[in-house]
Amino acid sequence: MTATLDINGRTVTVKADPETPLLWVLRDELGLTGTKFGCGMAQCGACTVHVNGDPVRSCVTPIATLNGAKIATIESLGGTHPLQKAWVAHDVPQCGYCQSGQIMSAAALLAQTKSPSDEDIDNAMSGNICRCGTYQRIRAAIKDAAGLASAPLVNAPAATTAANEIDAEIAAASGSTGRGANP
Amino acid sequence: MNAPFSKLMRKEGVSRRDVVVVSATLVGGSLMVGCSPADLMSAGSKVDVGAFGPFIRFDPDGAVTVLSKHIEFGQGNHAGLAALVAEELDADWARVKVMHAPANAKLYANGGMGVQLTGGSSAISNSWEQLRKAGAGARAMFVQAAAAKWNVPAGEITVKDSLVSHAGGKSAPFAALIADAAKIAPPETPVLKDPKTFTLIGTDRVRRKDSLIKSNGTARYTQDVQLPDMLVAVVAHAPRFGGKVKSFNADDAKKVAGVVEVYQIPTGVAVVADTTYAARMGREALKVEWDLDKAENRDSKTIAAQWRDIAAGRGPSDLKWEAFDSKGDAAAAAGGKDAFETTYDFPYLAHATMEPMNCVAQVDGNRVKLTHGSQSPTLDQLAAAKIVGTLPGSVEVETLYAGGSFGRRANFQSDYVAECVHIAKKVGGNRPVKLVWTREDDMQAGYFRPMVHHAVRVTLDKDGYPATWRHRIVSQSIMKGSPMPSKGPDQTAIEGASGSPYLKATPVVDAQLALPEAGVPVLWWRSVGATHTAFVMEHTIDQLARKAGKDPVEYRRALYVKAGPEAARHLAVLNLAVEKAGPTSTPGWTRGVAVHESFGSVVAQVAEVKLVDGHPRVGRVVTAIDCGVAVSPDQIAAQMEGGTCYGLSAALYGEVTLTGGAVDQSNFDTYRVLRMNEAPTVETHILPSANPPSGVGEPGTPVIGPAVANALLAISKTPTTRLPLVSAGA
Repeated sequence: MTATLDINGRTVTVKADPETPLLWVLRDELGLTGTKFGCGMAQCGACTVHVNGDPVRSCVTPIATLNGAKIATIESLGGTHPLQKAWVAHDVPQCGYCQSGQIMSAAALLAQTKSPSDEDIDNAMSGNICRCGTYQRIRAAIKDAAGLASAPLVNAPAATTAANEIDAEIAAASGSTGRGANP
Repeated sequence: MNAPFSKLMRKEGVSRRDVVVVSATLVGGSLMVGCSPADLMSAGSKVDVGAFGPFIRFDPDGAVTVLSKHIEFGQGNHAGLAALVAEELDADWARVKVMHAPANAKLYANGGMGVQLTGGSSAISNSWEQLRKAGAGARAMFVQAAAAKWNVPAGEITVKDSLVSHAGGKSAPFAALIADAAKIAPPETPVLKDPKTFTLIGTDRVRRKDSLIKSNGTARYTQDVQLPDMLVAVVAHAPRFGGKVKSFNADDAKKVAGVVEVYQIPTGVAVVADTTYAARMGREALKVEWDLDKAENRDSKTIAAQWRDIAAGRGPSDLKWEAFDSKGDAAAAAGGKDAFETTYDFPYLAHATMEPMNCVAQVDGNRVKLTHGSQSPTLDQLAAAKIVGTLPGSVEVETLYAGGSFGRRANFQSDYVAECVHIAKKVGGNRPVKLVWTREDDMQAGYFRPMVHHAVRVTLDKDGYPATWRHRIVSQSIMKGSPMPSKGPDQTAIEGASGSPYLKATPVVDAQLALPEAGVPVLWWRSVGATHTAFVMEHTIDQLARKAGKDPVEYRRALYVKAGPEAARHLAVLNLAVEKAGPTSTPGWTRGVAVHESFGSVVAQVAEVKLVDGHPRVGRVVTAIDCGVAVSPDQIAAQMEGGTCYGLSAALYGEVTLTGGAVDQSNFDTYRVLRMNEAPTVETHILPSANPPSGVGEPGTPVIGPAVANALLAISKTPTTRLPLVSAGA
């Protein structure tokens, strides 16, 4: 069975049962592995993507429901989204596995609420679990990306790291994933 | 993460000879007569060591790659390890990269363990001299090469940011000297810098190298591995621990589109398919009949009641008690009418990493390739070699990032790795098989933090300080049945009670451990023994202070002085945390204090707590740590923040229960964890120190639980006798 989907601005045709959750089509059929499997029942948010701009848990979204919808994954942000710059500036990730989902939830929040309050952040982000406990830095990075002053972390150099250093870091790594164990 | 190997080696004198015996047991004795363990584990291994040694490689453009013998699964160790090399090499930090080293215990063993394993919060501490020497050695090779090329004395050459310079004006980047430097013999005893001259270590320049790829979706985890012709496997496991397959019918499973084959393996029935979704659908169609005759079939409540009976002296007569830290007349510690007496119950805990367990394996005759987030390449090699019947060195391991571990990914059975190798062996032909566990598989497969019970009875002297301390701990043993059995009481069950400054400060101590068995697989869990001992010691001390009519902070200070010089660091971090917290709490919030040493580091926390709708809410948490030299201050802060969340999650909600032997929890809807709206704000203050670095990944975890319980004691006057504080569903 085939289905046609609009993913990251491209029209793609995939072979899959209509009941297949979007997550597995993205990962196994299309190789878009930035979107993660964490729980399979919309409890953890690691699989968050945008459907028509709204944050959606792709692990419980059958592709049959996505006819004509505009789907965006972490890959669509390109690495230079203000949230991604803020994530690097604050060294938010630890294991990193949940961070695609965190950033997609945060991106949907900022697209709809330019200057989110702490309560807005709680409401938008509490569906995304981070077992490493990076919540404090996620909050700071969201505020940073929104242009809101956030309390500096005690030992964090983020606030003092020059923006051009972060840009250089991103430039050095762009087009390559060879900065870690995974060339 | 786990302490046991290093602790055993250090504290209990497990010799390298024991490791050989262990290895022999695992792979069949005749193979390694006369071999060292490292020889054994690296036999057959093909690792290219370049001119600059096993830890350093140069790109032609001068960029430096540091090979990390330790997996990065969140702890930030790759930043710190690279900084050790870069500092001594005087490399341009912006052009330093890190990659995981291949499996080879001869080259990449953890210094404290003799096997390649990340655990015990030891990555930085066991590499502290080794990697600095590697960097200093390579630097000396560049200096010698430049001296020869320019015909000047080596002593007149300096290196800064990957640029080699002579006072006379000549200079060359690393890139221009690599070929010459590679021909120089590395110095036998590289000269290390005076730490006072460090320009990178200890600065805020030591930042993570993986933040961008972990923010744009390109960091590669086991879950993401896609190889040509790869199959995906899921496994139907027995519904109770110890259950076996009686029979199965795969007819319907094989009708599911994409399902390729169904195999019986030792841990259950594996469905192998083209895609993850097909494998899962195939498993749903599978019919398995289980033999549960020998399975664990008790409720966790029943096991907990048995633990309490044992502590109260009503256990089986053949159960052995082992003493630790005991001194003086035990009869005197029996207490009296005025004795303070309490008990504590701790539940089984799941690690619940964000990335469920998984592995990619290929078996081609007697060669195996593993591609996964390997916490212990050596243990994984041994497990795979045993299954395939080959030498451990014939098992190649490519280590990827892992989505968390907290101890789960290293165990003596290499459980899910072995499961994947069994399937890949059935498939054969070097065809890659990716084993995928669902969240439910992961939550219910065990390897939990053991259920533990403590019983404490303390009498106070006329000044209100402990005169006698009777302590009983009942737990399943993590180390029992392991290839490295404990000599003396299992350290993983007592560490933190054992060695406590409060026991040192008490004249009479009668402390004992009993290790009854249960059919539940148990394992180290971030901070291991301290997950319960820190709670017991710190919450007990607050209650004793109240009984004595003293301020809990002053009470601790007095006990640290009584305990002697070894408790000076406890006093220092307590004072630092209290000072930084300031004299008054945030209006509406109540403070609790706790201090605990684990993995060589001492952490103190002042936590502000209030009740919201009857449930504890944690706000500001002021943390002070003494972890020796701070290599990467920002990553130390990150670990205090994350460790606090991990410990708070367990203290508030963490609980795995069994009904009729079956695990009740299955996903994050029934195993509640801390979320953004409940996360505290952690401030980290690092005590300046010239001591070698000690642990950071785990010591932040065990302190928050008792700090919160102590605040609740101040709020409600009600002591805590069991965790979690908030029951499931509440």
